[in-house]
Amino acid sequence: MDWPDDIFAAFKDAGVDQVAYVPDAGHKKLINACIADNDIKAISLTTEEEGVALSAGAWLGGEKCVMLMQSSGVGNCINMLSLIETCRFPFVAFVTMRGQWHEFNPWQMPMGTTTKKTLELAGLLVEEVEDPADVGAQAAAILHKAFVGQQSAALLLSQRLVPVKTFGK
Amino acid sequence: MSDRAEDFPLHRRDVAKILLNARDDMLIVTGLGSTNWDFTAAGDSPRIFPLWGAMGGAVMMGLGLALAQPAKRVMVATGDGEMLMGIGSLATVAVQAPKNLTICVFDNERYGETGMQATHTASVADLAATAHGLGFADTGIIKTDEELNKSLDHLTTGDGPVFRVIKVRAEPLDFVLPSKDGVHLKNRFRQALLGDSAL
Repeated sequence: MDWPDDIFAAFKDAGVDQVAYVPDAGHKKLINACIADNDIKAISLTTEEEGVALSAGAWLGGEKCVMLMQSSGVGNCINMLSLIETCRFPFVAFVTMRGQWHEFNPWQMPMGTTTKKTLELAGLLVEEVEDPADVGAQAAAILHKAFVGQQSAALLLSQRLVPVKTFGK
Repeated sequence: MSDRAEDFPLHRRDVAKILLNARDDMLIVTGLGSTNWDFTAAGDSPRIFPLWGAMGGAVMMGLGLALAQPAKRVMVATGDGEMLMGIGSLATVAVQAPKNLTICVFDNERYGETGMQATHTASVADLAATAHGLGFADTGIIKTDEELNKSLDHLTTGDGPVFRVIKVRAEPLDFVLPSKDGVHLKNRFRQALLGDSAL
């Protein structure tokens, strides 16, 4: 699984200063790379909505923040995204998808199947990527959209990109 | 619910004025909603970012700002209801431990914007103890003018993260409203802090 390295390289190219995350299996490698980097501040959250407000605060202070989360966390962000929409803060989230491909856990389906629509209703521009070879280019494009184009955007990383979770079955 | 907050000696508008005037280079995030009006009454300024929504987000907005501006003092001033809605963010701040961040909760034990209904601090919840339990080494409760004046230097220059509950009187006050244009609030803040190139 090399695509996390490609996203990390895109973070470095874009000059990302802060990376907020809720621990996630699909993002594990990327999160560890961010923690290990001396210039990136890696911020572990108790819930995803914290990262939305953190990201706005970072921009107020002149820094670039990105958010890493799982599709189940999108629902936790909704009201806080009004801050992004109302103030037109740049915002970017990298969302690992559940509820798509060989999903073992039915509890992941409601949020996994509505992630894209939910984010679009909240005002974000949403892109999706399924081909591991395309992740790096898509990551660079979404970061550009946020920090140069000053938009709020999310890149959905297909469940096909992450190892299938089977709960030992 | 207890009515004790109606007799608390500190008045929130006075507290805001004292905090705002303590340091003219301090960056301030105020939470929905009464602390917005308190700081606007004390003196509207580009270095104040008032949150008209995003309830529960004030502390995290302060953290993002404090991490981005380690050489500046950042203060989050918010209410007890707003703090309760984002209570987990105190653990997130404690883990990051920014030295330049102070959080002041103006605790009148009420939801002021919705009709002065009791928050959980009116009965059982202790926010200073909670902050301590979530990892803040430096917490406390300020109840009087004397305690506030004694703490002022520490709140504005001491090593953070600092967390204080400031018990303020539950009292009816006039609205003193800042701009509600979020884009304007964002741009004026960034321009004042980062210069014209940030626009």
